[in-house]
This record gives sequence, structure tokens and C-alpha cells, in this order.
Amino acid sequence: MSEQATNLVYHDRASLEERLLNLLATGWIFLLLLVLVAVFYALRPEQFGSAYNIQQLAINAAIFMVLAVGQTYVIITAGIDLSVGSVLVFASVVSAKVMLFLSGEPGTTFGTTEAGWGIVAVGVLTALAAGAAWGALNGALVAYARIPALIVTLGTMGMALGFAQIITGGVDVRAMPERMVTHIGSGELLGIPVLVLIATATVIVAGIMLHLTRFGLHVYAVGSNEEAGRRSGIRVHRRLVAVYTLCGMTAGLAAVMANARFGTTTIGGHVMANLTTISAVVLGGTSLFGGKGSVFGTVVGVFIPIILLNGFVILGIPPFWQTVAMGAVLIAAVWVDQLKRRLRKRS
Amino acid sequence: MQPLLEARGISRTFGHVQALKNADFNVMPSEICALIGDNGAGKSTLVKILSGADLPDGGELLIDGRPIAFHSPLDAQAAGIATVYQDLALAPDLTPAENLFLGREIKMPGLLGAAGFLNRRRMRRLAQEQFEKLGVRLKSARVAVDALSGGQRQSVAIARAAMWAERIVILDEPTAALGVVQTQRVLDLARRIRDEGTSVVMISHNMPQVLDVADRIQVLRLGERVAEFGADEVGVDDLVRAMTSGESGEKAA
Repeated sequence: MSEQATNLVYHDRASLEERLLNLLATGWIFLLLLVLVAVFYALRPEQFGSAYNIQQLAINAAIFMVLAVGQTYVIITAGIDLSVGSVLVFASVVSAKVMLFLSGEPGTTFGTTEAGWGIVAVGVLTALAAGAAWGALNGALVAYARIPALIVTLGTMGMALGFAQIITGGVDVRAMPERMVTHIGSGELLGIPVLVLIATATVIVAGIMLHLTRFGLHVYAVGSNEEAGRRSGIRVHRRLVAVYTLCGMTAGLAAVMANARFGTTTIGGHVMANLTTISAVVLGGTSLFGGKGSVFGTVVGVFIPIILLNGFVILGIPPFWQTVAMGAVLIAAVWVDQLKRRLRKRS
Repeated sequence: MQPLLEARGISRTFGHVQALKNADFNVMPSEICALIGDNGAGKSTLVKILSGADLPDGGELLIDGRPIAFHSPLDAQAAGIATVYQDLALAPDLTPAENLFLGREIKMPGLLGAAGFLNRRRMRRLAQEQFEKLGVRLKSARVAVDALSGGQRQSVAIARAAMWAERIVILDEPTAALGVVQTQRVLDLARRIRDEGTSVVMISHNMPQVLDVADRIQVLRLGERVAEFGADEVGVDDLVRAMTSGESGEKAA
């Protein structure tokens, strides 16, 4: 720190240098996404750029996106949620069971049920409530019992999945309301898949809440310096419980989307959801140390593995390379974050 | 003159250690008052009690002559006393303006405000006014506090305390980690706060600095106040003698 810089007059706008630095630091992953898209498009314009392919990309991203948005909030508080995949499974099972029961059809039903919108609505609320309940438990244990989030959510990850298996005997519930599957799972509105619309709405609401409201500012403050937040009169414990509850609710919403999309619960299908969402969030520039991050970054982080896989498949590269590439990109992302911190300290 | 804050006969014991025994301390309106003492003299304990972070075993606190009890730092804040600790307690990832208003954010008018939307523009403007009033110069208002120098961070923390404390700002070793120029800035800041009408209590080890900036000096030794000086009537030797032997020569009123 030179004294010269100290003598500069206080001004309201970020300097060009700062902006360039920020762009370089947070923007490179966005740049990587654009480069990936450009390269794949240049190599196979018809396949990669087709309306069908783009729609499939968006649908594949949708469920994952909703989960990652919740994870973003948690990681900004310097926490972590390993339970999102299991909570998704638990919420989807409970919601499916409730809808099946209300539709009055036997528990062994395969295929679809004739349940009306009222039952679907109850199913949606059940999933959201089930997710929120697990989230609240996570948050309470992290905030009040002061158990590290890694351990708390590792525990509830096992518990939520275990309960889902106990409830179903380990067999997926394969009867979903037909209306839900056709209108939400594969439905479109104005030519846009409903799943994509749900994910977009979630991203917009979560982004506005995080970046423009007092609650959002407190999320950053808690992750940046919990003690400072407490001394400033922020109810840190309540904020933490709210953040984990929110994350659980996004898992509940993702459960509804998964049920609608696949027409069945998917008990075995979300084992890696926690790690994929965490890596998407980190790729998007959110710091694992808390206090820093954005919803937009997470959107970019979600699309990178999806575009990579899609591109590799179209180019005929064995898709196994995607996991290799993702691992490398993730490590690079965290490395850049470290560099950024050091750079900022020195500037 | 009526003291702004007065501590009478404060005692505090931790196990076998008597950190404070029958200690007196007072702060007058619009002054910089230094609290000095050797390590273990009880300065930190006294500051914790004055800022509501610790409860005394005996003695009483008075504000404007009326008894008061602080059960938490929030009580002290409500009474107009803010403390800047050595660890500063800023959120390093937030901007100076966001730190200034943390916990007391300004919301948008009307429905948006009810929904929790922040009025960032207004907070930035008021923060800028506060910084200008106190002569704090930052290289940028939009950069995270983490990117500021140690002296600037200290200034932000002090400006924040001054913004919300109507009566007293307590500074715990505010210049301990700073260079010469930055130290001078922080001392100027303390003077400005006093000139705005808020009293400043400064805990320091640096005798020349204390003599330079303080209006009045109170010396703690082994848990009690052993001397009280006007800053213009003593030298470093007197202060050191009082700190180490408890002799004050003549005791100023």
C-alpha cells in the first residue's frame, strides 16, 4: 500500500483498473463458457446450434440450476450443504406418496394417475415443506449447536436418503399425476419448456434477493465476518437458519421438477448432486471462505459442465473426458480465487 | 462539570485474579481522554465493562449522573457508547458504506422498502458525507474493505463508531499496527470526532502520542486508578512513574 494511493480523493466510482481486475478475476469463467460455446458451435454448427440441442441443454441445466442457487446462498455464509441431493430425494418421495394417496389409486400403480391440479398443488407444497424442514434442521444445528456445516449436512445427507428408502422400501414411486408430467415435466409455455421457466424465475428471484435486499447483504456479512455481524446487531443465528431453510426449499422445488420430468422418483439418481452443485457455485466465483459470490456466477458455473458434456458427445469425444476436464477447471477456478485474494491484499 | 460517563468503585475478579479493585474512571463532554497503564493493569477489563461486554462484580456506572447497567454491548450502544476493538470487526468483503450501515441499513421508501430492498445510493451518499466530515480519504468507495490499507480500515471502523455513538467512542489501541503517517491520520480523526461533540476514550501504550492527542490522562495500575492528569501539565516521565510505581506527584483535579 503506497501512501500515494491513500492520498487520492474519495470517489464514488470504481476506477478503470479495479474494473478490469474484477472483470479478469470474475469474468474469466464466463469467458471460458463463451469460448466453449464458440468452439463447439464453430466445429458443429448444425448439431450444437440447433433449437433442439439448445432446448435440451436448458432442460438439463434446469433442476441442477435450482439446487445450485440454494447452495450459492449457503456457501456465501461460509457454509456448505452436502445434503441437497438426499433432501431432493426425500422431498420427491414424500410428495409422490402424498399425491398417490390423495388420488385414491392403489400404492402399486405404475405409470400415471388421474390426479387433478389440487392434488398436484398439495404435492408441490409438500415437497417444498419437506425440503424446508431438512434445511431448517441443518441451519439450527449449524447456528445454535455450532456443529460444522460439513458434518451436519453429511449427517442429514445420510438421514434424508435413509428415510426416503424407509418410506418406500427402496423402490421408486412410479405413479405421478399425468397432468404434472405433461404440463410441467414436458410442457411448454410460449415455446419455452416449463422446467426452464421455473429455473429462470428461481434465478431471478434469488438474484434480486441476494444483491438488492437487506437479507442478502446480511448473508454476505455473516459469511464475511460473523462476529462483525453480531456486534452490528444482526441476528446471525436466524440468518443462518433462514439461509439453510432456503437451500432446503430449493431442493424441494428441484424434487418437484425431477418428479415431473422423469415421471417417477429417482432415489438412486442424485448421489453426486451435492458435489456438482458445489463445484458449479465455486466455478461461478463464489468463495468457499464466504462473503463473496453471485447468482449470475452460479448460472455460468452450472452451464460449463453441461456444455462440456454436450460438446464432447457431439464431437464424438468419449464423455468420460468431461469429468476429467471438469476436475481441472474446478481446481483452476479455486486457484484463481486465491490469486485474486492475494492480488487484492497487495493492491 | 457533570461527567458524561462515570465509573465508581468498579471491581472485577476472575478466579484468583483481581483485575479491577475499586477503580474509578470518568469521561467529560467533548474531550479526548486517554486511559493508560502497564500490561495487566486492568485496561481491557475496564473497557469491556464500559462497552457492555463484561459485567462488574461491584461498583456503579453513571451516565449524565444517572446510574445505568449494561448487560450487553447493545445496551452500551443504546446509551451512545461505541467501541472500536483492535480486531476492528468489519466485514472485509463489504464496501466501506455497507460496513458503516451494517445492522442499520437504510431501505427504499414505500413498498420496496417493506420488501427489504436497500437504498444503496443513499447509504453511499451518507457514508461519503460522514467520511468527508471526519476527513477520511479512501481510494474508492466501491471496493471491499479488505482492499484498503490498515490505516484506512481503522478509519472506516472509527468513522462507523462515531456515526452511531452520540456520547463516547472508545478506541482500543487504535494505532498499534500503523505506520507514522497513518497513525497521524487516525489521531486527526480522533480530534475531529471530539470537535463534532463526541468524547473519545483512547487506550494506548504510546506515551508521546497520548501527550500529543489527549486532553486528559487517567492512569490505571494493578486494577485501580492511581493518577489523573491534564495533558499539558505532565511529561512522559510522570506518566511512566505513575504507571510503574503508582506515584503521581501532584494529583490534578
